[in-house]
Amino acid sequence: MSIYSIAFLAFMALCGLVGAAFAVDSVFAFHSWLTVALSLGFLFWGIKNYTTEPADQSRYLDSVVRWGIIATIAWGLVGFLVGIIIATELAFPEVNLFRQMNFGRLRPLHTSAVIFAFGGNALIASSFYVVQRTTGARLALGNLAWFVFWGYQFFILLAASGYVLGVTQAKEYAEPEWYADIWLTIVWVAYLLVFLGTLYKRKEPHIFVANWFYLSFIVTVAMLHIVNNLNLPVSWFGTQSYPLFAGVQGALTQWWYGHNAVGFFLTAAFLGIMYYFVPKRANRPIYSYRLSIVHFWSLIFLYIWAGPHHLQYTALPDWAQTLGMVFSIMLWMPSWGGMINGLMTLQGAWDKIRTDPIIRMFVLSLAFYGMGTFEGPLMAIKEVNSLSHYTDWTIGHVHSAALGWNGMVTFAMVYYIVPKLWGKKEIYSLKWVGWHFWLATIGIVFYISAMWVSGIMQGVMWKSYNAAGFLEYSFAETVAAMFPYYLIRTLGGLLFFLGACLMAYNVYRTIVMTKEEESNIETVPA
Amino acid sequence: MSNKYNGSNHDAYKAQETILDVLPEHEKSKIADDDHATTGHEWDGIREFDKPIPRWWLWTYYLSIIFSIGYVIAYPAIPLVNDYTKGLLNWSSRDAVASEISVAKLAQSKYVSALRAASFDDINSNEELRIFAIEGGKSAYAVNCIQCHASGAVGSVGYPNLIDDEWLWGGKLEDIYTTISHGIRFEEDDDTRFSEMPAFLTDELLEKPEIIQVADYVRAFSGLKHDAASAAAGATVFADNCASCHGDDGKGDQEQGAPDLTDAVWLYGSTKETIIKTISNSRKGVMPAWAHRLDDTIIKQLTMFIHSRGGGQ
Repeated sequence: MSIYSIAFLAFMALCGLVGAAFAVDSVFAFHSWLTVALSLGFLFWGIKNYTTEPADQSRYLDSVVRWGIIATIAWGLVGFLVGIIIATELAFPEVNLFRQMNFGRLRPLHTSAVIFAFGGNALIASSFYVVQRTTGARLALGNLAWFVFWGYQFFILLAASGYVLGVTQAKEYAEPEWYADIWLTIVWVAYLLVFLGTLYKRKEPHIFVANWFYLSFIVTVAMLHIVNNLNLPVSWFGTQSYPLFAGVQGALTQWWYGHNAVGFFLTAAFLGIMYYFVPKRANRPIYSYRLSIVHFWSLIFLYIWAGPHHLQYTALPDWAQTLGMVFSIMLWMPSWGGMINGLMTLQGAWDKIRTDPIIRMFVLSLAFYGMGTFEGPLMAIKEVNSLSHYTDWTIGHVHSAALGWNGMVTFAMVYYIVPKLWGKKEIYSLKWVGWHFWLATIGIVFYISAMWVSGIMQGVMWKSYNAAGFLEYSFAETVAAMFPYYLIRTLGGLLFFLGACLMAYNVYRTIVMTKEEESNIETVPA
Repeated sequence: MSNKYNGSNHDAYKAQETILDVLPEHEKSKIADDDHATTGHEWDGIREFDKPIPRWWLWTYYLSIIFSIGYVIAYPAIPLVNDYTKGLLNWSSRDAVASEISVAKLAQSKYVSALRAASFDDINSNEELRIFAIEGGKSAYAVNCIQCHASGAVGSVGYPNLIDDEWLWGGKLEDIYTTISHGIRFEEDDDTRFSEMPAFLTDELLEKPEIIQVADYVRAFSGLKHDAASAAAGATVFADNCASCHGDDGKGDQEQGAPDLTDAVWLYGSTKETIIKTISNSRKGVMPAWAHRLDDTIIKQLTMFIHSRGGGQ
């Protein structure tokens, strides 16, 4: 650890102390003390390990990737488990046992844990891995990558503990309050610097396609995060803040953010994972360079305008709703470009779907990606939206993409990357990978078919009129009708979670694998 | 697809792979693989084909753009300085919902205007109107009443069951109409139904032992398990304190909203503890007056619906 890192940690500890001394509410005080404790902890560790010796520039910085993969798996388990708890709470409201575990507090914990903690760590770790290997350069700016990793975990800790203790700015997928947002901004700028610096040092003349996607993700998320979190704190020593945008402007800003969090976090960046790991695992060239250029630029140009489709038939002006819809429709093919390039990369290696469970996972993730990016534009069409909006169909759509695409592609990436990172021949058990594949697939099918049925049923019930022109059902009756589907959904989530537990154990066994075990493990036939 | 090495030709592909293996690294990256050259770029062993974009992809993309342009011309779409383009169809979501509502209203207007003038006898003598009123009442119930009186109007603790033939304030159409219009103990409405049972313990009207005796006496009315001696002692207490409203026989009085204590219907429950609690602290459920919130024709519909549920008198 350098003298700058030590100075920075001392400064953070001081900030925490000041915050704790003047805090106007208990959660702010708690977060301040947390800052003090963690800064001092890292500070003591840093002083103990003080070194001025420069790192070996001829080697990749992979230890931070290893930590990132472990964090991915750990947060994934937390996020999936909380998902099962809130699914149970929807079926059985009695499970809202005490206020810290109310649905309203656990729901953002679930979404943030899976998107930002599980997904975010997977993206940061995989981007660090990919950018080094495709530039032939070690991560730039010394230990800044370590700051990105630990700083990001600290952000997750602030956000998650805040939700459970009742702190939220009540913006979907942007719930953390102003101080956590400022911290994330600092961490994110550091991430951008590390990534750009590494690209700058590259030994390859061209920039690899995966890095375009990763870079667009880092830049756009920074922009979205800053604009959607333009809030004014009530006190500089308190958790509460108010947004600068009010009413329909606030709603539009929020969904511009929310939609592009999906677009750039869950789509573009995960395509970055796909573009490196699929050709690598299949050992085949990428299908079409031209397609990758065209679909990249059209994707990132079109995505940013599609947010208003979240506000169809609201107070948002009609012209903005129209634009949200048509940009979503034009987005269909650019999104599918990634699926085509991924699937067609397997041309000449289709047999690997049968022989290699990791390839099978990649293929399934691309299939779900294709399904989700078709369903999205479909649901953006006004007439469809008038049925689907506010129903469980939306939840089904999100989960077919999140579990099927983001989840599966991350699992496959983990299975590929872990043996590489820990210097093993292959993952401990490919048979277990096969089991994970089926557990997750069946879980997803249960989940999304239950939500499709219940969502469409809900939408139809809301719109049902009897012969005399009166509403057929009360809202409570539509809720009661969803009960069996909520049970099936919970079961699906449980299967998905079990698969992830198996992955965690498989990864653990791979890491601790002895030479003797390694010589006996099964690998994919060449 | 020009690939000749997929599927059953797997072995042919494999044969080529062996040829590739003997080539030097920089040659390998440029070799024509399944008739297509790569771009010559290579990163960490990953190469990329220089294949054309699939035709169907490109054409579908163009079509989606053409559709979007057409849609933008037809519908409100482009923001201007002070206004926006209205589109050739001149469609607006506000107009659309307003016209849907007016169509729906028009379809019902015949019945609604008939309902406005009709008495309950008129409604009952016109089968078509009667069915319309009950259907409408069912729907209005689902929006306004279901929260307290529950699905199917079966009620819950503190909220009366509306499908049995036990009524606090009367079960005739006119009674139900008045109750819905003016509510119960709803102070903002001067014509609200009002009854007040004293809180016998908190107002220090009775001692705790007397209340226990009365509770036993009340349970004896409907044949529930009770302490006979205590119930006998409770009879005098009942006659002195309760009979003025609930009647000597405990059969209640709908004129003052005093419940019948002899049947199996209990608004708050029939356990001894619950009855003791009721006598000690009284109960004062409130129902809002709907005349201020709902159109008179809807209150009539609700009345018809509630009356038709089986308990109407």
